[in-house]
Amino acid sequence: MTENSILLEIRNLKKHFPIYKGIFRSAAGWVKAVDGISLKLKKGEVLGLVGESGCGKTTAGRSILRLLEPTAGEVLFYSHGQAEPINVTTAPPKVIKKLRQDMQIIYQDPQSSLNERMTVGSIVSEPLLVHKIGAPSDREQEAEKLLKAVGLEGDHMARYPHQFSGGQRQRIAIARALCLKPKLIIADEAVSALDVSIQAQVLLLLKELQNEFNLTYIFITHDLAVVRYITNRVAVMYLGRIVESAATEELFNNPQHPYSEALISAVPVPDPDYRVRRILLQGDVPSPIDPPPGCHFHPRCRYAEDICRNETPTYRELSPDRFVSCHLADKLNLWSFSK
Amino acid sequence: MPPVLEIADLKVFFYTDYGVVKAVDGVRFHLNAGETLGLVGESGCGKSVTAMAVLGLVRYPGRIVAGEIIYHQNAKKVRLSGLDPKGREIRSIRGNDIAMIFQEPMTSLNPVFTVGYQIMEAIILHQRLNRRQAREAAISMLAKVGIPLPEQRVDEYPHQLSGGMRQRAMIAMALSCRPSILIADEPTTALDVTIQAQVLELMMNLKAEFQTSIIMITHDLGVIAGIADRVVVMYLGKVVEEAGVREIFYNTKHPYTQGLMNSVPSVRGKIRDLKPIPGVVPDAFALPTGCSFQPRCSQVSKMCRTEAPPLTEVGPNHWVACWLHS
Repeated sequence: MTENSILLEIRNLKKHFPIYKGIFRSAAGWVKAVDGISLKLKKGEVLGLVGESGCGKTTAGRSILRLLEPTAGEVLFYSHGQAEPINVTTAPPKVIKKLRQDMQIIYQDPQSSLNERMTVGSIVSEPLLVHKIGAPSDREQEAEKLLKAVGLEGDHMARYPHQFSGGQRQRIAIARALCLKPKLIIADEAVSALDVSIQAQVLLLLKELQNEFNLTYIFITHDLAVVRYITNRVAVMYLGRIVESAATEELFNNPQHPYSEALISAVPVPDPDYRVRRILLQGDVPSPIDPPPGCHFHPRCRYAEDICRNETPTYRELSPDRFVSCHLADKLNLWSFSK
Repeated sequence: MPPVLEIADLKVFFYTDYGVVKAVDGVRFHLNAGETLGLVGESGCGKSVTAMAVLGLVRYPGRIVAGEIIYHQNAKKVRLSGLDPKGREIRSIRGNDIAMIFQEPMTSLNPVFTVGYQIMEAIILHQRLNRRQAREAAISMLAKVGIPLPEQRVDEYPHQLSGGMRQRAMIAMALSCRPSILIADEPTTALDVTIQAQVLELMMNLKAEFQTSIIMITHDLGVIAGIADRVVVMYLGKVVEEAGVREIFYNTKHPYTQGLMNSVPSVRGKIRDLKPIPGVVPDAFALPTGCSFQPRCSQVSKMCRTEAPPLTEVGPNHWVACWLHS
């Protein structure tokens, strides 16, 4: 097993939701929440999936895990010891269930993702029970070990979720996700609901656990500062499509897509002497039911030309390992944020 | 600049069945005319309750137990803390002289009335205009906050607007009576970054135009760095540090403020290691003795465990409540 081998490959993944209308409930339209995204994820990498609300990042995460049935496309998971990848999108339920051991998710809100009526010990060890791993005493031991790994105490096992603070609950959710020794963890806004000091604790914990358990993460978030801190690669989504993906520092220093440029410029910087002009995008994100023709971003783009209004840009490799979906990408001289 | 608002030794306690929660426990700060004051702290530090106390909106089982809130209405001093929260006097100030924007526009706008109606309500109540004039005023406010087609939008319901638009409508409502103080409680937290940038820009422009003083309540140090002139940091119902914005970022004194600064990643500059504050905010029913930050503080000494440090001036207009600095 080489260090840089591919763990996950996403090819043209789509998830469209029908909008039903009328008494016959016929599909009157489609919300193209995820509209053809392609990504490769190496083992041990941390990929950030960023974008504003409604861009499809959460739907993408769930479709990758097949918590949602994708409309089209392929998700290939390279499990260790197997030469051929498993196609997550077509695998039968039995295979999927087995696969869930390798792919886990942490949700945003630890208030609603933990069952209030279960003890912390049984929450954390439940995945083992579901997959029939180990005897009850082994499971208990494992849960205790995991709780310690995420910075909680062994005697927290018998308590209930309401006895914990938000940050501690998120640690419990993390322990549960780690329980089956997964290879891939999708963290969907996992630190967004936490206060800054607690958020920093959980971020550090996730980083430590990554080294310790050799994990690969997909970090879904709207918080660009968090993404810059924890990821190696970033994919920026806008209205169901990836507009740019690149190595994290590359993207933050020299964005190549006008949307990434505006997004990065808009993030407030915790430094009072840092006064740079912001690119203020006009208007809101358009509805994904009826997205603008051509490039989805053109109505808000300050560089838009005729071609942008009529033709959908292809997602192409602009330079090695840097993909951009913009007609004008090699012509534009976008802002650099490296200083 | 003279102060428009002075808060002295404010205490707001909540008398619950489980015990007394000292949500605000001796808060002291002032707001100067034309200034943007950042009020920073994590959930439960009492920043929102302080704002509610100013407007006389503290609800049962909460009560203003002690302290003064003084509003300088032109040359007159009004003691807000002493007014009947349902009385005529506070009602003529609330929404008129002092207005508030809340975090979640969807829950603070009434879903069954049009946006225009809700803006007009405040205008008619406070400004002696008739319906037609009030409607004109509402439309012009909507135009001012950058809502396209205000003549149409004025008759729409909150659910027909996007999140950013709703927050703009809230700002229009808050500023419709040209208040001298605007209290904004996490006004951009629920918004996307590009929309947040629009709304913050709008607030700063309107502040200049209307000469409003702003109290900006937020946990986002980025927002604070961008727009505040002066910053008050709160922890567990107390002010721990107060200083000008550059001073607080570059000459941080209180270990809690330092901890906050070291906890936030940034999109610019070198990637620093995060140094989070250990532990969690203590239970409101079982507050620590001495300095309330002492159980999480890395520089704690004997004194900190027994006695609460007073807010002392350590430099020009720089106040810190910490035994390390007094």
